[in-house]
Amino acid sequence: MTAPGQSPSPPAPPEPEFGDPGTLAARLAIKQRAGGIVVPIITVVLAIFISILVVAATEHSFHTSLLAFQEIFRGTGLNWIVHPTTNLQTSIPAYNLSQTLLQTSTLILTGLAVAFAFRCGMFNIGGQGQYLVGLLVANWIGVSFAGMNPLAHVLFAMVGGTLAAAAYAGIAGVLKATVGAHEVISTIMLNWIAYWTASWLLGVGGPLQDSSNPTSPVSKQVVPGARLPDFWGNQGFQGVHIGFFIALSCVVVFYVLINRTTLGYEVRAVGFNPDAAAYGGINVKKNLIRAMAISGAFAGLAGAIDMLGGTTNYQFGQLDIPFSQVGFIGIAVALLGRNTAVGTLLAAFLFGALLYGSFHGLGASSVIDPSLATNLTYIIQGLIVLFIGADVLILSVWNSRKKLRWRWGSKTVGAST
Amino acid sequence: MGKQDRWGLDVSTWAARLENPISARLRDPATTGYLGIVLGAFAAFIAIPPIEARTITWPTLVGLVAIALGIWTVTRGRRRLGWGAVASGLLGIGLGILATRSSAGNLNSAFDATLVAQTLGFATPLVFAAMGGIFSERSGVVNIGLEGMMLMGAFWGVYGADKGGSWVVGLLLAAGVGGVTALVYAFFAIQLRADQIVGGTAINFLAVGITGFFFVLLYNNSPIPNGVSLLPNVHIPGLPGFLGDSIGDLNILTWASFALVILAFLVLFKTTIGLRIRACGEHPRAADTVGINVYAIRYACVTLSGVLAAIGGMYLSEGPLGNGFFQFNMTNGRGFIALAAVIFGNWRPFGAFWAAILFGFADALALKLQVYSDSASTLFHVLPYVLTLVAVAGVIGRTVAPAADGKPYSKQ
Repeated sequence: MTAPGQSPSPPAPPEPEFGDPGTLAARLAIKQRAGGIVVPIITVVLAIFISILVVAATEHSFHTSLLAFQEIFRGTGLNWIVHPTTNLQTSIPAYNLSQTLLQTSTLILTGLAVAFAFRCGMFNIGGQGQYLVGLLVANWIGVSFAGMNPLAHVLFAMVGGTLAAAAYAGIAGVLKATVGAHEVISTIMLNWIAYWTASWLLGVGGPLQDSSNPTSPVSKQVVPGARLPDFWGNQGFQGVHIGFFIALSCVVVFYVLINRTTLGYEVRAVGFNPDAAAYGGINVKKNLIRAMAISGAFAGLAGAIDMLGGTTNYQFGQLDIPFSQVGFIGIAVALLGRNTAVGTLLAAFLFGALLYGSFHGLGASSVIDPSLATNLTYIIQGLIVLFIGADVLILSVWNSRKKLRWRWGSKTVGAST
Repeated sequence: MGKQDRWGLDVSTWAARLENPISARLRDPATTGYLGIVLGAFAAFIAIPPIEARTITWPTLVGLVAIALGIWTVTRGRRRLGWGAVASGLLGIGLGILATRSSAGNLNSAFDATLVAQTLGFATPLVFAAMGGIFSERSGVVNIGLEGMMLMGAFWGVYGADKGGSWVVGLLLAAGVGGVTALVYAFFAIQLRADQIVGGTAINFLAVGITGFFFVLLYNNSPIPNGVSLLPNVHIPGLPGFLGDSIGDLNILTWASFALVILAFLVLFKTTIGLRIRACGEHPRAADTVGINVYAIRYACVTLSGVLAAIGGMYLSEGPLGNGFFQFNMTNGRGFIALAAVIFGNWRPFGAFWAAILFGFADALALKLQVYSDSASTLFHVLPYVLTLVAVAGVIGRTVAPAADGKPYSKQ
């Protein structure tokens, strides 16, 4: 077993043993030590490089491939920095950037959801289901209770969606704590239960479907009073709503919760080694349930702000369900962000930009078909997750770096195993 | 209470059973419990074709007997089983009454021989992927990537059949691509000892991207042209009535899936290779010590799982469900249902097979019940996932994964 690696004192941390990396959180901690921010960057660069090669091979031209990626970069709106303007209606870069920010705010929250559970040693694959629960409950509250005070209505819908998703994820936590059911299995099942239940709710004749338009399987729009205000652009033009700041503040909440509170300490302790945590007097079961619920709350909040902020045009359709992937992308975001608050923020921005830039942002590009580019984004995402999973690869790189330093005659670092 | 054996059973009951097995069985509360559950199901069954009782008397009577048996079982100490029988009886009465209320025409169109055929048809891709999952997990590698491997098979199968001109080419291409995908996963999971859940998730993402990418590239985002060579049906002439309608015209892969289950069972539990596979999944260190090449076995099993999952995926696009059709992310969770079937079936071929049949039945019923309510029948798709959740919660019975499932192994 590896030590948690908490000791700040100078003696080198014990050499990670190669054989049994122990719990998930412990493995991730090893990776975190091994290379810091360098490894995620290498991973991303490698993944993008491979996908450039894929495009070059299929288009038979390296030049076209580079042009395509330049187009994707333009699509993200990051070239806004060169032409800064705040008018979304007239400036394409500004509009693209605003949409990238919208995408990012959702991914920050779904990423934080996965990251929080990881910190407690659990793999919450159920972000997508929890996102859907949050989204639908927010839609239901936002559509009903039309006469409410706007502020109270927005808060009610947001808190309702968040709590519902927390309870939904809590099922997996309870099952893990009481009967030891593996959370990966139970959250996958909960995902698909949410998927088909949502399909029924939004389908023709379903309870949430808009009864004034009986043939189209789409929900009603959230009433204007329950919508989140936009701070950049306006509702008619899908501006950036204050959900962006809610997501940013959640990054701070996550950081404080994990690093500065007793709750976070207990969650991390259980994540590193449940037996040791129990020996130290921490209630492991309570923490598993609590961590899962908090994790679900982040994902549910993502769904709620998407619904109330207009990212999904204040409504959701049955046909949108299979194409909604943000909960799953949250897994890649958390893994790339090393399950830290800031890392998740950066990774969410990367994926948000890739996702938006490779599809809508491309518009009618002549260089690369937008639907081709979207699938390219899924490939990049898959490659990133694949490489990140290979901790032995990273460890061996880390170890060979140490050996290299030793061979070059600087101070001897602990003998290798 | 007399002396107890190591399972906590009373030794005297054991002795009684040995002396007089049949009558002892009948007095055993477990028997009445199971009988109650079966009777509850029967109560619903007599209200639908082919028996189709049109009065509520018979379903209610049979259901009440089931409840009575359940209560008796509860009083004899088998509480979980007893309450199961009571629930089954209540459900049987409820469904029976519902069925008698519905019109005979609707009933006949919903419950006919094609329900059997469709159940088997929907179960086929699940059986293939589930058998793949069993091999992989029995050798100690969790395979969350079944979904992605199925998707690969779905696309490359129809592509091969389209460009190669024959479904055989499609099948070979699907199996090959599925095997390669699994090999990539195996390299990361076994050689690099990557976290298997993370690796499997990556495979799922990659498969969505790769199939979508090549679909756009090769077909320019338009549907696959008509007239693709499809997986043929096996027509058995001369079967009378119900038999002919239910199994007389099944797809070739459906028959192959039956054979596969038997083969998987024989290989896993009756051969040396199967013993070695299971040893790698239970205690790889011990297996290594006696000279089994753990890595080789795991590589082979994971690759096999990819091949099987891809063939199951190909059935979706090339079988009667797809008829030469491909769509972005078309597996739509079937790989995860197959995974659920593996768990529900307790990592055993026949268990997983019956689970797949049950899940296939839920799909077929959802399709059939559209005559009643289009929207509510969608909810039947939830059934496999709820049942699996209940199963992993240990309510129905304990599921036990192979001991070293999901744990990377490093040689010393």
